[in-house]
Amino acid sequence: MRWLLLKDLRILRRSPLLAALLVIYPIAIALLIGFAVSRGPDRPRVAILNELPASARTLSLGGEDVDVARYTRRLFEAVDPVTVRTRAEALDKVRSGDVLAALIVPPDVTRKLETGLEPATVQVLYNAEDPVKARYVQDTIKAQVQDASNALTRKLTQVALGYLKLISSGGRVSLLGRDVDVLGLERAERIVRAARRELPRASASRERLDRVERFAALARDNLSLSDDVLASVASPIRVDRKVIHGGATPLSSFAVPVALTFSLMFVTVLLAAGALALEREENAFPRLVRGLVPRSGLLAEKVGLAAICALVLALVMLAALSAFVDLGWGRFPLWIAAIALGALGFAAMGAAIGGLAREVRAASLLGVMLSLPVAFLALVPSGAVSGGAYDAIRVVSAAFPFRPTLSALDAALNRSGPIGPPLLHLAVLTLAFGAIARLSLVRFAR
Amino acid sequence: MEGEDRVLEAVGLVKRYGTREALSGVSLAASRGELVAVIGPNGAGKTTLLSILAGVQRPDAGSLSRPAGEVGWVPQQAALYGKLTVAENLRLFARLEKVADVEGAVERMLEQTGLADRRDDQVATLSGGNRQRVNIAVGLLAEPEVLLLDEPSAALDPRQRERLWRFILDRARAGTAVIYSTHDVAEAERYAHRLLVLADGELLFSGSPAELEAACGAGGLDFEGAFVEFLRRRGH
Repeated sequence: MRWLLLKDLRILRRSPLLAALLVIYPIAIALLIGFAVSRGPDRPRVAILNELPASARTLSLGGEDVDVARYTRRLFEAVDPVTVRTRAEALDKVRSGDVLAALIVPPDVTRKLETGLEPATVQVLYNAEDPVKARYVQDTIKAQVQDASNALTRKLTQVALGYLKLISSGGRVSLLGRDVDVLGLERAERIVRAARRELPRASASRERLDRVERFAALARDNLSLSDDVLASVASPIRVDRKVIHGGATPLSSFAVPVALTFSLMFVTVLLAAGALALEREENAFPRLVRGLVPRSGLLAEKVGLAAICALVLALVMLAALSAFVDLGWGRFPLWIAAIALGALGFAAMGAAIGGLAREVRAASLLGVMLSLPVAFLALVPSGAVSGGAYDAIRVVSAAFPFRPTLSALDAALNRSGPIGPPLLHLAVLTLAFGAIARLSLVRFAR
Repeated sequence: MEGEDRVLEAVGLVKRYGTREALSGVSLAASRGELVAVIGPNGAGKTTLLSILAGVQRPDAGSLSRPAGEVGWVPQQAALYGKLTVAENLRLFARLEKVADVEGAVERMLEQTGLADRRDDQVATLSGGNRQRVNIAVGLLAEPEVLLLDEPSAALDPRQRERLWRFILDRARAGTAVIYSTHDVAEAERYAHRLLVLADGELLFSGSPAELEAACGAGGLDFEGAFVEFLRRRGH
């Protein structure tokens, strides 16, 4: 079998275009996918018109200065800001396509925030000729406005709480440039209690002062709850996230196993399918299996060839990716296990395709046509489609090596979960596809 | 050329593809140095018969006196790797055949085929005739006593055909039993010691070319005409 393996490697070496395609194509696909998965579109260029006058960039609330500009700056962080001076200039830039959108902070934001009579409004003008980017800008600006709004709400809540504390406990506050001593409910209650004691027992005023004292105590008790109430008003709904199934792999880290799985898939499927189909295309298959090489041995050689090549390629890719992504080299044996089992699964699938197609071109075409939809199906998240459709997708994905390879690589690289089940799944798929490939060889010699 | 000289014997070979019977109880034998031509119209079962003798396919019934591994087989289309050189192809198959002296066998075949000067050329760059010579050389690497050739001269020009037959006749003179199938009736008459006529999987005749001519009794016809007349009379 080793002579066949050496022969195939020699043929591969003498087919530089094929070898280059087998290496470059999956790497290019992998990098594109990794790039797409690990980050969204580039930061869109957005025109920013800040109409807040310098004098209005600070909001004075209860003697405390709140820097409004600090909060509006948050709006600019997720975009590539292009500063403009007038609304007309902002509109021109949007219309000409120079920017995707314009964000206008009107001059009355501070006043509206101070009065609280109506909500402060920022205006967004956007270019919707590219729906994907337009949606991205809408989402980004909406999220940023929400963040800025929340931050400002928290600050205003703080100020309001200071007021309430002043009413409850009293203290000093600066008002119109003068230092004012506020009595507060607590001290008022003490004064009322002292005044009540000085009144004769039969005095009718005592009862009225009792009512004032009870009111002061009740008001103080309720105001002490205001911290929680205002916090709830500031964030009425909080999100408590719990992962029920799957790991908590960040998107950027998930891109590595996705890229690797795509590369493994293309290299092994195309190589195993092509190498097996080549034996028939060169008419060598009948000569080989008439006693020189057992059919199962020939299959094992093709699967081994594809798996070895894919393993080498995957390790090279990981070495290159480690320059950009932090990879835990301490888990290297698990990487090897995941890559090797994944490569064997894909190679067995490729051998089955090669056995069924019987010609190199047909095998390659069938390999690509089958692999791509299987891969994309495996990446469909739950909830993206109806329950029945997702169940069907899960069944289809489980019948091919892409999903278990991705799970095994994610577990090996990102500790997303146990690695045993996907490895076992891959071993079963390798045997199943190996059996299909072996059956397909029955009619191969005719 | 019978008895102790017999190197291959097949008895009652049957092969079915679904409901179609490609071979119906065909028996044959070949002796050392004998040239046996298998002729018949398209779909007669010639290739099926040779592929069963070569061990590429298994018969549904019948027996063979010699295991497939001891028979040299040369398929109709060159079964070679185009990206490998002539010498690399020979070396690879010599190793797979477990030939004791691989390099010796390769050199011998290069010399016998007259391709020593093309040894380092990739097979894909060779002419059809040279490719067929390498194809036959691969079948002879293990020095088999029986060589099976499936339409060896198909797609060769007359000059290449002449050189090929010189080579095959040399092998037969050296004692190798050669069984070949052909569409070219004249080629069968010219080189074969014995003819096997197959039609629709049935063996209609086994004997020398002269015996076939006599059997059809078609005076005035050339050999090809006699053969066609023979088939017509047998309902084919």
